[in-house]
Amino acid sequence: MRPRAGLVSRPMSILGTRVVRTEDPVFLTRGATYTDDLTDERLTGALHLTLVRSPLAHATINSIDVEEARNAPGVVAVFTGADCDIAPALLFPAANKAMVRPFLATDRVRYVGEAVAAVLTEEAYQGEDAADLVDVDYEPLDAVVGMKEALKDEILLFPEAGTNTVTGMHLAKEDPGDELFADCEVVVSREIVNQRVAAAPLETRAASAYWGEDGRCTIFCSTQNAQSARDEVAAWMGMDAKDLRLILPDVGGGFGAKIGADPEFALVAWLSKKVGRPVRWNESRSENMTGMVQGRGQVQKITIGGDRDGTVKAYRLDVVADAGAYPRLGVVLPMFTRMMAPGTYDIPKVFSSAQVVATNTTSTAAYRGAGRPEATQAIERAMDLFADEIGMDPAELRKKNVIKPEQFPFTTKGGAEYDSGEYAKAIDLACQAADYEGLRAEQARRRERGDALQLGIGVSSYVEITGGGAFVENATVQVHADGTVTVLTGTSPHGQGHATAWAMLASEELGIPVEKITVKHGDTDLIPTGAGTMGSRSLQTGGVAVHNAAVELVELAKQRAADVLEANVDDLELDKANGSIVVKGAPGAKSVSLADLAGQEELKVFHEWDAKKPTFPFGAHVAVVEVDVESGKATVERIWALDDAGPILNPLIFDGQRHGGIAQGIAQAMLEEVVFDPEGQPLTATFADYGIPSAAELPSFDLVSMETPTTINSMGYKGVGEAGTIGSCPAVHNAVIDAVSHLGVRHIDMPLTPVRVWTAIHEAQKESAK
Amino acid sequence: MIPVGFDYRRPDSIDAALALLAEHGDDATVLAGGHSLLPVMKLRLAAPEVVIDIGRLAELNYIRVDGDEVAIGAGTRYRDIVVSDVLAKECALLQAVTRTVGDPQVRHRGTLGGALAHGDPAGDLPAAILALEGTIVLRSPRGERKVPITEFYTGIFSSVKEPDELIVEIRVPRTGSTGWAYEKFTRRSNDWAIVAVAVVTAPDGARRIGLVNMGSTPLRAKATEAALAEGRSIEEAAALAAEGTEPPADNAGTPEYRRHLVTVLTRRALQTAAG
Amino acid sequence: MKVEITVNGERTSHDVEPRTLLAHYLRENLGLKATNIGCDTTSCGACTVLVDGESVKSCTVLAVQTDQQSVTTMEGLDGAAQGELGHPVTKAFREEHGLQCGFCTPGMVMSAISLIEENPDLTEKDVREGLEGNLCRCTGYHNIVRAVLVAAGKDPDAAQRVEAESGERTMAPGFSTGEGDK
Repeated sequence: MRPRAGLVSRPMSILGTRVVRTEDPVFLTRGATYTDDLTDERLTGALHLTLVRSPLAHATINSIDVEEARNAPGVVAVFTGADCDIAPALLFPAANKAMVRPFLATDRVRYVGEAVAAVLTEEAYQGEDAADLVDVDYEPLDAVVGMKEALKDEILLFPEAGTNTVTGMHLAKEDPGDELFADCEVVVSREIVNQRVAAAPLETRAASAYWGEDGRCTIFCSTQNAQSARDEVAAWMGMDAKDLRLILPDVGGGFGAKIGADPEFALVAWLSKKVGRPVRWNESRSENMTGMVQGRGQVQKITIGGDRDGTVKAYRLDVVADAGAYPRLGVVLPMFTRMMAPGTYDIPKVFSSAQVVATNTTSTAAYRGAGRPEATQAIERAMDLFADEIGMDPAELRKKNVIKPEQFPFTTKGGAEYDSGEYAKAIDLACQAADYEGLRAEQARRRERGDALQLGIGVSSYVEITGGGAFVENATVQVHADGTVTVLTGTSPHGQGHATAWAMLASEELGIPVEKITVKHGDTDLIPTGAGTMGSRSLQTGGVAVHNAAVELVELAKQRAADVLEANVDDLELDKANGSIVVKGAPGAKSVSLADLAGQEELKVFHEWDAKKPTFPFGAHVAVVEVDVESGKATVERIWALDDAGPILNPLIFDGQRHGGIAQGIAQAMLEEVVFDPEGQPLTATFADYGIPSAAELPSFDLVSMETPTTINSMGYKGVGEAGTIGSCPAVHNAVIDAVSHLGVRHIDMPLTPVRVWTAIHEAQKESAK
Repeated sequence: MIPVGFDYRRPDSIDAALALLAEHGDDATVLAGGHSLLPVMKLRLAAPEVVIDIGRLAELNYIRVDGDEVAIGAGTRYRDIVVSDVLAKECALLQAVTRTVGDPQVRHRGTLGGALAHGDPAGDLPAAILALEGTIVLRSPRGERKVPITEFYTGIFSSVKEPDELIVEIRVPRTGSTGWAYEKFTRRSNDWAIVAVAVVTAPDGARRIGLVNMGSTPLRAKATEAALAEGRSIEEAAALAAEGTEPPADNAGTPEYRRHLVTVLTRRALQTAAG
Repeated sequence: MKVEITVNGERTSHDVEPRTLLAHYLRENLGLKATNIGCDTTSCGACTVLVDGESVKSCTVLAVQTDQQSVTTMEGLDGAAQGELGHPVTKAFREEHGLQCGFCTPGMVMSAISLIEENPDLTEKDVREGLEGNLCRCTGYHNIVRAVLVAAGKDPDAAQRVEAESGERTMAPGFSTGEGDK
C-alpha cells in the first residue's frame, strides 16, 4: 500500500520518485490562504455581500420590499434585479437562446437558491440579519423536477423558449431501431439512473473585487481556471478582458464544479463598482448545496445484445440529461457520454442518443469525470446484466470483448481514437491482486450456507478521455541570477500538487533542485493565457509545456554559453549535478552556470505546447462488498484499483489522486444523491443530509500498478485525476448487485442505501414466491 | 450562518440559573454543551432572546453511585460518561450508547442533560434512558420533582418540563456491565440513527427494550418485552418489535422499512444481550 | 461583551457580540485564518480546534463559552510560527501526503492530535472511527489515516494489512457499535 516508484523510470532521474510536496509546510503551519482568508490591503474596508435567495423552485415575483433591510444596522446598500444593469446571460452558448440567466432575478425564479437581492453590509453578521428583512412576494408556480417530466413540456421554465429541451447539439444519426440487435441471440434492456451528486469541495464559492483608480477591476476568486473565468466575467459585464484581472488565492478543491466563473463573480464586481468600495462574498454551505453547480443527473436506457458464447454484438445508450434551471456546462457532457459509450469493448454495432432538459433545480456542470463516468457506469452495468443473462463470469465476458493491444490506435464506434491500452491485462492483474477465484469460492460458500452477510464481487473495466477539449497549454521557465527558478503555468492547481510536480519537471532538465524552483499560477496579469486544471489535463498539457520550456531554456543557455566559453554549441552540455553548462568530455574545463548566464541577460523561455489530441487512460477495478441481506446494509470491504495513466511523475501525488477519486466513486455508488422533492425543494442542502463519506465509511485502498505510455506526447503522460472515480463507481455498484443476484435482484439504482437494497431483495423475493 | 443576536448569561450556580429562567421564561433557553441548541440557532430555526449558559456549573457534573441507582449530573459531558469507571461497572449500556453519539468533537461538548432536554426521537440517549427506566430530576424555584422517563416525553421535541425547570440530574438503575446491547443502524458513522435498539437486563431479570426513531418520542418495544416475559423465543419476540410504533418517512427509509429493520435489530440486540 | 481567551499560549481579549462563534473570533478578531469553516451543521470538522486540550468544532462554540479558557489552533503547534513542521502530526501529514487542497487539514490535524492524546495505541479502525467528525473531499482518507498512524508511532503498512485481513469490517450494520472511543 505504500506508494511505489514509477515502473517506467529513468536511472538517476527525479522523475518517477516520491517527492513530498513543497506546498505542505505552509499548508501545515499557518494554513493555506483561501479567498475568504485574504487580508490583501486592496480589500481594506470591503463590504460583505449577502444574497437573498429564493425559497421556492418556481415562482413569479410580484414585488420585493427592501426598505426594512435598508434601514437595518450596518447596511450600506440593497440591490434587486431592477437595479442590476448586467444583461441576463446565456451561460452555455449552444443552449436555447431564450434560456438566459439574470444576475439577480427580476420577474421569475427557477430554482431554490436563485439570487433575488444583494445586501451589502459593513460586517458579515449584519448581512444575515438584514437579508432576513427583505420581503419578497412570490406567486408559486408548479415546478418541473424529473427529467422525463420536463420532456413533456407541460410546464415550461422559459415560456418564450417554447420547450424545456435545451439544445439540439446531441441529435443522433438515423435511429436503427430493432435492426441494431437483429443478429443477437440475447438482448437485455434496462433503464438506469445516474443520480445527481454534489461536488461539495470543502471550500465553498468565494469572490472579492475592487476597482483601481485606473478603471481596472481585480477579482480574487476560487476557480479552476483564472483566464477563462476572466473572459467569461468580462463578456457578461460587457468589459474588455484587459480591464479585468483575476487572482486566485489557494483554492480548496473544485472537482469540476469550479470550472469557469460563477455569475456571483460578476455580481461582486458590479456591486463593487456601484458602491465604490471593495466587496467580499463567501457563501455558506447551505447556499453552496443549492447554488454551486452539481454533477451527473442522467436517466439512461441501456440495451445490449450478443450471443450465448459471450460475444457482444450490439449496444445502445439513450440518455436524458438534466441541465437544471439555467443551462451551463452540463449541456455538453452527454457528448462525452456518447463518445465513450462502448467503453473498452470492440462492439461491432453501437448507437447512442441524448437529450438535455431544463428543470427547476440547480444547474449542472462538470463533476470528476464529467460525462465519462456516466458512460462507464452504463456499459459496465450492461456487461454485468448480459453476463447474468447468459450465465457467464463477468470478468471473463469482459476479457472476451475488450479491444486487443494489437488493435491500437483504435477508432471506436463512439468516434474516439484510443491511443494505447492493454485492457485484458489490466483486468487480469486486478483480478490476480484480489484473488478473484478465491473470492468467488468464498461467495459460493456463503450462498450455500445462506449467510446473512453475503459477499459481492464487482469488476469494472474502463477507459476515459483526459486532456480532451483544451489541448493547448503554456509555461514560462526563468532562471534567476541567484540560481532560483520561476515557473509560470497556465494550469490551476487546487490540491493536485503542481508546485511540486512542475518543479520536478523543471529540475530534471535544469539540474537545479526542486527547493529552488517556485511555481506560480492563477494571476491573469502575470499569466494572460492558460486553460486551467480540469478534465485530468494538467500533466499532459501544462506539465509537458514545462518540460518543453525547460529543454528550450537549456538550448538557449548553451547558445549563450558558447560565447562565454568560446566553444561550439554542439560541444556543450548541461551538467545536471550543478546546473552548469560544460564542455562535453572535458571535466575540469571552464563552465558557466545557468545562474551566471541569467545574471548577464534575462534567461527565460515561454513555451506553448499543443497536444492536438486527448489521451485515453484505462484500468480495471475489483470491489468486494458485504451485504447484510436482512437489513440491506452494504459495506465496501476492499477495492483493488489498477489505473494506468502512463508513466508516473510522482507516485505520492499520483496515488493520492487515485485515492481521492476512488473515494468519490464509492461515495456515488453507496451514499451520495442530491434529492429534490416534487416541489423542487432540496432535501439534501446541508452536510448533515448529504451523504459525503467520512473515514469510517471507507476502507484503505489496494492499488495495482501498470504504466502504458501514450504516443501523444514525448513524455508518455496521460491524466489520472478522474480515473479512480470512473473505475470504482461501477465496480462497487456491480459488487452490491452481485451480492444479492442469487436472490433474484438484477439491478438497483445508486446510491445503494440500505433501504434500496432491502427493498430490491424484498421485491425479488415476492416475485419469486409468485 | 450565525444565530440571531441574544443576551448571554452565565450564572455561577444552579440557583442563579433557576432565577434567570424564572425571570425570562419562554424567552430564555438553557445552553449546556450547545451541540443540540447552537446548530438550530445557526440555521435560525430557534432564536431565543436570552441564552443561559450552565456549561460550567461544576455542581451539575458528576457520576456517582447512590443506593440502587447511579446519579449523573445533567451537565456531565458525553466524554466523561464514555470514560467513567463507575458506569463501566454499574451501567455499561449507557456508556456504550454514549460512545455512538455524534463524533469525538461532539462528545467533548455535548451533555446528557442537554440530549434529554432536546428530546430528539432520533437521538440515542432518550431511548437508552427509557430502556433503563431512568428518572429525570427537575428543579425550579418551586422545588424539585422526579419524573420517570416513561412519563417525561409528550411528543416530538416536547416534554413535561416547564419553562422554569432545569434538568439537574438523571438517575438510572445499577444494571451492571453485562446483559445489554445497543444496535444502532446508520448510513454513516456519525449520522443520526435510521433505527436503533437498546436492550438492557433490569434488576429483576426482565429484558427492557428502547427504540430510537420509531415514533415521535422514544418508545419501548412492549409487545416484545411481554412475549419474552411469557417465555417465548428471541426470534418470536423480536418479530413483534414494531407493534405500536409509528416510524417516520425520510430519505433514509420508509416506515415499512423501519418496521422491518426494528425487528432485525431487536433480535440481534437480544441475542447479543443474552451473551 | 468582553472575553479573555488564551489562544496558542497568548492572552487575547476582545469585546464581542455573544453570538460570535469561536471560529469567527479566531479568524476575524485574531486574524488566525488556518481554522476554516466548511459547513453550517457541525458536520465537516474543518473548524476543529482544541479547547483545554480537547478537540471541538469551533463553529458550534460561542466565543463567550471559552472565556478564560485555552484554545489551540494549528498555528499554535510546535514550530508553526517559524513555518516548520515541529509537531509529529503535521510532519506525518506531509510525509504521507495526508493533504491535497488543504482546506480540511487544520481541523483534521487538530482532531488527530486529540485522538492520539486520548488513545495512543491506535489501530486503523480506531483512526477511521476517531476521525468520523472530519470530512475530507480530496484524499479519500487513505493517506490521512496513514499519517495519523505514523504520528502515533505505528507502522501504517502493518496496521492497514491487519485491518484488511481481519474481517473486522464484516460486522454490518455500521460502525457505531459503541466499541470505539474507549
